[in-house]
This record gives sequence, C-alpha cells and structure tokens, in this order.
Amino acid sequence: MSSPIVSITAPANPVEDFLRTDRMPHIWCPGCGIGTTVNCFTRALLESNTDLNKLSIVSGIGCTGRVAGYTNLDSFHTTHGRAIPFATGLKLASPDMTVVVYSGDGDLFAIGGNHLIHAARRNIDLKVICVNNLTYAMTGGQTGPATPLDVITATAPYGTYDPAFNLPYLVEAAGAVFVARWTTFHVKQLARSMAEMFKKKGFCFIEVVSPCPTLYQRRNKMGDGLDTMKFYKEMSKTKHGAPTNEVGLTKSGEIIVGKFVDRERPDFATMMNAHLQHELGDQYIQAEGPVCG
Amino acid sequence: MHADPVGVLTGAHFLDGDHAACEGAIAAGARFSAGYPITPSTEVVERFSHRAPKIGATFIQMEDELAASIAILGAVWGGVKAFTVTSGPGFSLMMEHIGYAAMTETPCVFIDVQRGGPSTGLPTLPAQADMMQVKWGSHGDYEIIALCPNSPQECFDLTIKAFNFSEQYRVPVFVMMDEVVGHMTEKVVIPRAEEIEVEPRRWTTQDKSSFQLFAPCGEEQTPEMAKAGDGYQVHVTGLTHDERGYPNMTPAVQDRMVRRLVSKIRDNAEKICLTEQHDIEGADVVVVSYGITSRVAQRAVETARAEGLKVGSLRLITAWPFPEHIIRAIAPKVKGIVVAELNLGQMVREVERCAGGQCRIAHVGHAGGTVHKPEQILKAIQEVAR
Amino acid sequence: MRLTELRIAGFGGQGVIMCASVIGRAASIVENGYATMTQNFGPEARGGACSAQLVLSPTPVLYPYVVQPDLMVLMSQEAYVKFAGDIKPGGTLIVERDLVRVQELNVPDVKVFAIPATRIAEDLGRKMVQNIVMTGFFGAISGLLERESLCKAVEDSVPPAFAELNRKAFNAGYEYGMKHLETGALELGEEDPVSVSE
Repeated sequence: MSSPIVSITAPANPVEDFLRTDRMPHIWCPGCGIGTTVNCFTRALLESNTDLNKLSIVSGIGCTGRVAGYTNLDSFHTTHGRAIPFATGLKLASPDMTVVVYSGDGDLFAIGGNHLIHAARRNIDLKVICVNNLTYAMTGGQTGPATPLDVITATAPYGTYDPAFNLPYLVEAAGAVFVARWTTFHVKQLARSMAEMFKKKGFCFIEVVSPCPTLYQRRNKMGDGLDTMKFYKEMSKTKHGAPTNEVGLTKSGEIIVGKFVDRERPDFATMMNAHLQHELGDQYIQAEGPVCG
Repeated sequence: MHADPVGVLTGAHFLDGDHAACEGAIAAGARFSAGYPITPSTEVVERFSHRAPKIGATFIQMEDELAASIAILGAVWGGVKAFTVTSGPGFSLMMEHIGYAAMTETPCVFIDVQRGGPSTGLPTLPAQADMMQVKWGSHGDYEIIALCPNSPQECFDLTIKAFNFSEQYRVPVFVMMDEVVGHMTEKVVIPRAEEIEVEPRRWTTQDKSSFQLFAPCGEEQTPEMAKAGDGYQVHVTGLTHDERGYPNMTPAVQDRMVRRLVSKIRDNAEKICLTEQHDIEGADVVVVSYGITSRVAQRAVETARAEGLKVGSLRLITAWPFPEHIIRAIAPKVKGIVVAELNLGQMVREVERCAGGQCRIAHVGHAGGTVHKPEQILKAIQEVAR
Repeated sequence: MRLTELRIAGFGGQGVIMCASVIGRAASIVENGYATMTQNFGPEARGGACSAQLVLSPTPVLYPYVVQPDLMVLMSQEAYVKFAGDIKPGGTLIVERDLVRVQELNVPDVKVFAIPATRIAEDLGRKMVQNIVMTGFFGAISGLLERESLCKAVEDSVPPAFAELNRKAFNAGYEYGMKHLETGALELGEEDPVSVSE
C-alpha cells in the first residue's frame, strides 16, 4: 500500500494580493514596525472594499518611503519630502483617484514640512499615513523633527536638546480634517482607522508610532521589537477626541492614542469648483481628469 | 494629431513672450500647471490661471518651486500634460525634480525665463546664464532637451515643440527664454487648431501582465506609458530601476538604465537639433548665438556683410542636445567662429569642444542686465575675419 | 512705415502701456509691418513712473531696445525730466499740455507738440481715455501710420462696450493734432506754466 501523497501548502495570506511578492524579501529590519503598518493598510483596503484601480500610493524617501515599492498598486516613490506635492498634482489631475501618502516622520515633517502644512491648509484630499519611528532610520538613526528630548541619536551622541514636533497638534492646526494616532501594537484599531480615513474627504492624517529597534531602541537601551510592543501596550492610553496639544510624545512617557480630530471642511477641489462655477457660470469647464492624447 | 480647438486662440495677437509661451502650452494640450511667482516669468502662469477654468484645465499655486516642479510630475502620472515656469532662483530649486523627471522618464515642460544671477541677481533684467545649469544642474548622468526662442512668436511655437519632444522622448524639455524675449511684445500669429501638430502621449495598449513601463520601444528608444488608474499597477521610483520600474541597485542595471536615458537623446540628436543657418557656405566667420542675442548678432552680421566680410550665422534653436555635427562641419572650413551670449562663457565651451582646435573661437561674453551692443559683436567678427 | 524708435512715458494709471500697445498693434497687425514693444519692470516701475518703448520698422526688428527715440510721448513732468533729453536731434516731442512744463533742451531742432489730453478725455466723460486721445494726437502729428489702422487697433484693444467712447477719444485727439499741425510746433520754453487741473 502506498502512502497517500499529501501536499502541504500554507494557506495564502489574504494580504498577498496587495503586495508585489516578486519584490520580497523587503529591506526592513527584524522588529521594525513598518511591515506591521503595511499589513494594517492592506487589511484596511480589504475591509473598506476600495477599488484598487482607483487608489494610488505615493511615498517620499526613507525606510517608510519604500512602502510604495512593495504594494501592488499604482505606486510612486518620489523625492525626499516631496510625496505630498507629487500627490497633490496626481490628485488634481485624477480627481476620482484615492491618493494615499505613505511616508516617515523625517520625510513628512522636516524636509517636507512646508508641503505638509500647505496641503493641510488647502485641505487637499490626501490620506497621509506617517510611520513615526522617531528617527532618520535609513541613514543610520540621526535626530529627526519628531525625536523626543534626551534621546541618543547618531547626531546627538550626548542626547537631544531640541524639542520635537507634536505631529497631531501641528496637522490639526494646519487644517487637517481627520487626525488619529496609533502604535504598531494597535493593529486592529489602526486598520479600522485607515479604513475610516479612506472614506473621509479632505486632508487626513494618521500617525503610527513605530519601533526602530536597530537604531533608536538599541541606542537608548529600550530593548528589542518585542520589548517595544510591551512598552506600547503598557504606556498607551486611548483617548478619542483628546486635545492634540496634550498628546506630545516623550521618551518614556504615556502615549495617547485614538482619533483626535474628525471634522468637516470642504476640500480644495470642492472649493475650487464651487468658486469658479459661481464666478464664471457657464464659462467654467471643470477639469475632468486625464485628457492627453 | 492636431491641437484641441478649445485651447487655441487663432488669430494675430500683440503679445509678450511670457503670454505667448502660455498660449503655446495650452495649444500643445497642457491642462495642468503648478507655479510659484518669480519675476520675470510669472506672467506665464498668471495667464494660465486666467485661461485654465475656461478650457478644462487646472492651475494651482504651490508653496515653493520644489513643490511646483513635482506637482506637475504627479499630474503627468495622473494623465495630463503639465508644465511649470520659473526663473533663476526658482530654477535652482527645481533641479531636484528635473533629475526625477529624467530618471522616471516623465514627459513635462519647464519654462525658464532667464534673468541675471547668481543668486537673486537681476530680477527684471536679462541673462542667458542658466544654459549649463539646464544641462548639468541636477546630479548624475542624464540628457534633456532645451530650446531657445528669440521672439514672442517663437515662445508660442517652441513651447508647442517642447511639449511634442517631451512626449516623443519621455524627457523633461526646457524652453530657455530670457527676460527680453519674455517681456517684449510683438505680433504673434496663432494658427488654426488643425494646423498645429501635437504629439499625443504614447499610452500603451500592451498586455497588463507583461507590460514594462521602462522598456525601450521604437526607434526613439522611448518606453510607452501607463498612468495611474489604467490597471497596470505602475511603479515609478527615482532609484535605479529595471524595465519594470523595480529598484535594482546593481552596476549592470545602472549601466543599462543610464545609458538608455542618455542615448535616447544623443542618438536622436540630429532630429532634435533645430537651427537657423544663413550664408555659412563660403563664410570666413560664422557667428553662433541663440535667444535674444541672435537678433542683436544678426544686426552685427548684416553690418559686417555690408562691409564686404564673408560672415555666416548659426542660430541655436535647440541648445541641448548641442548640435555637435554642425560645428564639426563648419570648423575646418572657416577662419573662426564668434560666439555671442549673455554670460561669461557657457555654450562657447561646447563650440570649442566640437571645433577641436580647427579654427579660432572668439567669445563675446556679457554679464547680463541688458543685451550686447551690435558693435561688440561686429568688432569680434572683424578681428576674426582679419 | 519707416524705422522709428518711440518712447511713451507717464505715471502709472495713465494707460502708457496701452497707448504703446495700440501703436504696436496698428503697425504690426493692421499694417503688417514690425513692432517690438519693451517696458521697464521692477519696483521702480510700480506706481510712479511708467515707460514703454517701441521700435517700428518695415523689416524685422533685430535690436529690441530703443537707443535714441525719434519720437516721444510724455504724459507727466517726471517723465519729461527723466527722458526728454534723450530725444534724437530733429526729433518730435509730444506732451500732455496740462501736466508737462516744456523746458529748454540741449538737443537741436526738436519739435514739440502739446495736447490737453486729460481735459479732452474728461469732456468726453471719461478721464481714463486720455491715453487714447493721446494716441489719436500721436497719429496725426507723426503721420507714421494710417489713421484707420490706429483706429482699428484701438477698437481691437478695448472691450466692445467701450469701443464707441474710445473711437470718439481717438478722433478727438487726431483732429486736435491735425489742427495743431497747421499752426506748427511750439517753441521750446514758450509753453504755459504747469496747470494741473486737480
């Protein structure tokens, strides 16, 4: 009697369809949180039934900037800090497209800070996901605009002494209509928040606090990826609607998470169309998307 | 393909070069512009902001030139033809995205209305001192196309040409105006839409599973395009990439990619190089110039010819790629070449390189702020002819 | 049309550029000659002084700038002080009679013609058309371009609702000029003292 042939195949990962599997393995380190956020992102796409042909992803430069390259979507890996203005052009030329900007804290808030506040001011309909690992990771762990005080980095060997941006506070002040924060420990909440954001019109922003065990946690003797998860679990406190001026991060203090802002304000295209229609009447021809050749 | 009549203001107009360039962009099919105000180029987008809502186009004023120069690239991948406009200091800021456009083979047009520099320099006065910057300003090896109009009429005509080249070669193309040409007002004749040739974007119809966004196609070695939303799941990156667009940072892929970015222009240079040539056959001296300087030089040439000197003229309508073959053909046959330009020695280096020591090269430089006096150029012609 | 260099200058709001633009249109579009107009830009051109230069020619204009104007239209005292001395010997100066005090120039054989263009425009009901009155006057005095060409260029340059008013302004200036041509140019220095009406 011959033994039955059993073929053992692992059940397909439901998020695989969203990834460029031919580009795996990815570049991220063990314990890095970026992959976790991508997992949440793909689950959010699944949950929200988003038409993937009508969704583009735009990244800047950095570890998180590599996300665009791994997602099996129309994906644009742009220049350092300029994901938002690229996305602005893409969105205006292609109004039916959902445009996601996926980048890091250094890319979005330092070199790209000016673009970010102006896109928020104009309320461009962009979904911004900012993976905040508190450092410039791709270049080796230097001080960034979100690095807390009294932290050791490659360019602050004696500890940081320049205050960090409180990201939710900044984007709310600049005009964002949706502002939330989670950590990579909060995978369910994060995915749900992303799905909610895809349906919201206007400039939306989610900060994901995420470990960089290789450069940030190690230098600051904060353990590995797992230790950081324990830290997030212990120190996080969900406070929906928390005043954003009270949610600034510190090196080892409380991490306030939740949906802080969810408000209505007409987005740029709506304002533009309504205004030009009012001023020009029948003379106004609304741009309708791709029109060349 | 012909221009869309919606955007074409057929007729004779009295327009300055900035306004004419805007009309050229619209006639060429541009339906998106992002800009940041800077003298002496702002009139181009001022006019576009006025015209856009009536032709189904979009204008957005961005927060700086970095943003303007990449917003247009986003718009191109969204499926429209797009351009931006700037001058000196803004042009310096745009270098980052000139490199990105070249690397990602994004067809787009930049208009640079050159003013005196360096730095803030002479905001309202002319120079032609960005001619090397336009070629070499962004880091790395790449090629671009740059055209130099010498009248408002050519600001219209060559802006259309710029868009056509950009689509044909998937490359950023530059309209290198100068303050004089940008701000001078002359008659501009805009033909009927059906008389304006417009190059459509080369959208791919290839199979979705096998299409490669960066695989060379046709004699121009230019890949076909797909835009966001077409279902091709394009990936576009500024990293060194393979034909699929996937990052691949190996010397072999770098070599293949950069060589193609360069050769798609260099190998087609003779088709791209537009010049205006007069009386070069049998000339002792040939005067090389471009942009506004070509008009001043022409006056000097006419005076010299009236004096009995054998002088020809070569106007570079295309400055980049540099028309090497023409200089190589002229150099052995003449006593010398006079190069006049509003800078202290830029395109003359190319002329010297191509002449290879076979004739004398005289440079009539000028720091900018105004144009040459025709006598300055005449004097150089006389000296070389002697 | 003969090769002619013109400068038109005044203060901001007088329609200096429009005046130059109408002349340029008439020469290049209506009469099929060549016209190149340049302006002064920059902070010095905001508000106060305003100047436009025109080169008219039967053949393509090569050198874009005006070197020594054959003719100037000066609409303010500031413009007169700044530019009048640059006129070519034997050239023609056209001035706003109420706004410019004509002074002795170190240039021989300059002919000066003056018109109270602003007052004429006010009589027509709109001070803003003084530049078109001036354009008409320029047309008559210079004889460079056909009256009909200039008039057509005026009509093409203004919104249709204002065509009639501008035609009137142009004709008023032109006829004032024809009368003036009969009486001849002013002698330098004989002009009335400045009498600004407001």
